[in-house]
Amino acid sequence: MDRQVVLPFLKSLEIAYKNLRVRFFRSMITTMSLVLAIAFLTFVGVTTDIINGMLDSGNTEAHQKLTQSGYDIDSVQSRMESDVKQRWIIMLSLLVCVVGIVNAQLMAVTERFREIGTMKCLGALDRFILRLFLLEAGIQGLAGAAIGAVAGCFFALLNAFFRFGTLFLTGFYWSDMAAAAGVAMGVGSLLSLIGVFYPAMVASRMQPVEAMRIEH
Amino acid sequence: MTEPGNIVRVSKLTKNFKMGKMDVEVLKGIDLEIVKGQYISIMGPSGSGKSTLFNMIGGLDKPTSGKVYIDEVDISQLDAYELAWLRCRKIGYIFQTFNIIQVMTALENVTLPMVFAGMNNDDAVQKGIELLDVVGLGDRFQHKPFELSGGQQQRVAVARALANDPAIILADEPTGNLDLTTGEEIIKLLKRLSLERGVTIISATHDFKMLNVSDQVVWIRDGRVDKIEDRNELSISVGQIDDRG
Ligand SMILES: Nc1ncnc2c1ncn2[C@@H]1O[C@H](COP(=O)(O)OP(=O)(O)OP(=O)(O)O)[C@@H](O)[C@H]1O
Ligand SMILES: [Mg+2]
Repeated sequence: MDRQVVLPFLKSLEIAYKNLRVRFFRSMITTMSLVLAIAFLTFVGVTTDIINGMLDSGNTEAHQKLTQSGYDIDSVQSRMESDVKQRWIIMLSLLVCVVGIVNAQLMAVTERFREIGTMKCLGALDRFILRLFLLEAGIQGLAGAAIGAVAGCFFALLNAFFRFGTLFLTGFYWSDMAAAAGVAMGVGSLLSLIGVFYPAMVASRMQPVEAMRIEH
Repeated sequence: MTEPGNIVRVSKLTKNFKMGKMDVEVLKGIDLEIVKGQYISIMGPSGSGKSTLFNMIGGLDKPTSGKVYIDEVDISQLDAYELAWLRCRKIGYIFQTFNIIQVMTALENVTLPMVFAGMNNDDAVQKGIELLDVVGLGDRFQHKPFELSGGQQQRVAVARALANDPAIILADEPTGNLDLTTGEEIIKLLKRLSLERGVTIISATHDFKMLNVSDQVVWIRDGRVDKIEDRNELSISVGQIDDRG
């Protein structure tokens, strides 16, 4: 006899999706810091693309605009310095974001101990629980990062338009923006998964009695 | 060595809990044999170790020493996969606090163990609806737990416990959070299932209403089996209880 318990992938996806929908507010709060971080990341990326496009275009009008808004276009060094600074800020914001996610997910997981214990009594394996949490975080990551990327692009374009007028389009490629948004979405999903991993491990390894004894 | 027909056998079972540096002995050597198809009540005062015993029999917690055999299989020898299988297919659990998964509908709660057991979705849904019908909730399958009363939630739990036609239903104070009438209905339902389906029912309880339907009552006191009474011996002590209570 085949003594295996199973949870088909599609079914786990369905459960994960329903879990997120039912706990919409909870999920939103968990995802909020991610949306902000990714929006920031995209904003910076797209803005850099726009400015580099204007610099590289050789268009004198564009260069004038840049100088007006405080860019030192001749100095390669200052360009690199600001790059490094930017990178640090981005790294920090992403780090803060991960910490935020871990924190929110730990709370979310604690709220669900009883549910986890019950599922284990019904025959769930550790890895079913782990998979559900990872799927939920993956969906959250994709959705949150998508929203963040769209917002980031939108504000980068808006910001560029107010600073440089239509000149910002010189040397700007939509494909670059799509690439920046794509990278941001990838990073976002990854961060979401990293953030949930530890809480999900803790949750999935709980013994059913331990999980159910905890009172809320 | 053992008589056939013992669905559960407990041998020299002990369980200690660590409380700081102290070891607290909660179960102090329990021996028990439970015959297939019976309705067993485990009675005893609060703190006597009923829930602890329940968890050991159900494979939810590990004994300190001693063995639990389900169908003559020593469950301490099972690996994680086999244990999950046992919980999924062999045993149905019912708890005092219902433990319905709050974010799922009644039907989803009932079908989840069938999904784990590998049943395809359509069959699971059909069987789920049938089971909810059996427990008298045929028209409520789309309801979320918070839309159901305590009694109705416990019925969902009973239907869920039956999902994979288990040999054993373990119930830890199934009527503990219910009022008198609702509790009585749940007891009747369990009794009917044990008669109709031949499920072995093992129920830890304070509830003397349970005694009327039990084939056997195991009295636990202070981590030991105090006495085991069969149905025919019961009336005497029940009389005493009624006098007292
Ligand atoms: N995880 C634990 N850690 C420490 N002590 C425990 C633990 N679980 C149970 N105990 C102790 O074991 C004893 C028996 O508990 P148990 O829950 O089995 O009693 P019970 O007979 O089910 O009581 P009740 O009728 O109130 O449910 C109690 O004294 C309790 O404090
Ligand atoms: Mg108890």
